[in-house]
This record gives sequence, C-alpha cells and structure tokens, in this order.
Amino acid sequence: MIATAYHQKVYLYRRVVQAKLFIDSNYSEKIDLDGIAGEAYFSKFHFIRLFKSIYGKTPHHYLKHLRIAQAKVLLAQNLSITETCFAVGFESLSSFSTLFTTIVGQSPSAYSKRHQQTKQRISKNPHAYVPGCYAYQHGWFENSNFEEVGD
Amino acid sequence: MITKMTVTNIHVIDQDSAYDFYVNKLGFRVVDDIPMGPGTRWLTVSPPDQPDLQLVLFPVTVSKMFPQKIVDTLTDLIKQGVFGCGVLTCHDVFATYEELKAKGVEFIKAPAKEFYGTEALFKDDSGNYFSLQPISNFDDENGI
Repeated sequence: MIATAYHQKVYLYRRVVQAKLFIDSNYSEKIDLDGIAGEAYFSKFHFIRLFKSIYGKTPHHYLKHLRIAQAKVLLAQNLSITETCFAVGFESLSSFSTLFTTIVGQSPSAYSKRHQQTKQRISKNPHAYVPGCYAYQHGWFENSNFEEVGD
Repeated sequence: MITKMTVTNIHVIDQDSAYDFYVNKLGFRVVDDIPMGPGTRWLTVSPPDQPDLQLVLFPVTVSKMFPQKIVDTLTDLIKQGVFGCGVLTCHDVFATYEELKAKGVEFIKAPAKEFYGTEALFKDDSGNYFSLQPISNFDDENGI
C-alpha cells in the first residue's frame, strides 16, 4: 500500500523538491515564486499547500528564512552589511535590516560585531571554546595538567 | 536532574568530507569550526530547527584516547555501516528522500511503512547510518 501511495505521489514530490532546490540555488537572485508555482502546477495554491506540508513553511516564508540564514553566514565571515544584503537577494537595505532584526532578534550590525568579537576571542584562545573533555581526549591542550587533578 | 542533551558525537573518517555532507547535503548549520592544529578541527553542526543540540563531527584519528589499533578498528566498523547514529525527523519522509537522493545521499532503505511508522535509512559519507522519520511518528498520540 505504501509503495503504491509513494509511486502515486513521487511525481508531485519531485516537482516540489525541484522547486525547493531551485530556491536553494537561486536565493541570491530575484526569484519569481509565482513563476515556479506556475511551472510546477496548474494551481498556485495547490503548490503552496504541498510545499508547506513538506517543508513546514510556504515558499515565500522559506525563501525569506533561507536568505536570512545565509546572511548570518556572510556576516559571520565579516562581509559588510551592504554586501551581505545584496548577496542574499535583497534589493533594499532597509527591508533586509528590518527582516533580519525580526527573525534573528538583533540588527545585522550588532550580529556582525558580536561575531567578529567572538572570532577574535577564539583566535586568541581556541581551547576556551572547546569542551575540556574533548580537547583532553584529543591532546589539544598544550600544557594540560588534567593528570594531576585526579581524586 | 538531567534536562537535555547539548553535545553528542558522530565519529567521522574525514572532517572535510563530513562538513560537505552535513552542511551542504543535509542542510545542517555550522556552530563551531575552530582549527586545532594540523589536520584537525573542532567542528560542530546543528539540525536546522535545533540550534541547541551540537553534533560533534569527531575525527577518528590517532590521539590520546585513540591509539592506531583503535583507529583502524573503528574506521573499519564505521565503513561497514555498523553504527546507527539516531533518528532524524522531517515533515515528510517521501519528499526528504527525494531531495536527499537528488543531492547524492545514499539510502540503504527507501521509505517504507513499519509498525512504528514510515521510515527510510541513509548513510553519511563515512558509513554511519541514520533513520529518517516523519515528526508525526513521535507525536504523543502515537504513543512514543
């Protein structure tokens, strides 16, 4: 039964998956979500409903969150806010900043600053950012005194 | 009282390859990627909707705890697919199966209905395997 159900659905699934993968590959460009729906289905609403049932978000919602997630990666790499904004497909700095702040809970500049400060601290003392048990297991402590702290 | 799991291990054979698999194929987020000397790094990732759980992509290399003999044995067992690393959940197993297959993930079991719900099994790039199930398998009403 499940195999039959699967084969009945597989064609639909593949179309939705292809649409999602298209968004994943092209989020940095201007994406016409209505166009994607139109190519995949007769009904835009059917497409949106199926996409949401599969991914838990509408295509529009998914695209917004994907762009912000990628923006976080770029800001952490020290790209400027303007560069990041356009690199992830926004056309307006203000709409990018507003959405970023809404989803992340802090502004792009605050997020970037926090990450650069953390990176500096990590580069100065990387062991402080690794649980001691792991660092010890791997012999990552240069001057470990763990052996001397037995019971 | 223990309240939650924060960090757990996945032993991997090659960290660069594991990074590509977990980040670019599974869509996990990088939490930490800190160089720890030649050829090794502290690399942790989280499932997209579970940022407070870090999976350590732990390299199976000779170290204080892993002498060469253990590394050889562990590597062999991982490649043989002995280790199951848990259940990963999604909204829809069939669609996720199609997506991961399109990205080149190797499945050892296509989605199938079991007494506990729908399940597929796939391997990571090292040989560890995961169960893939819909989150609905774990709803209270399903008694799990």
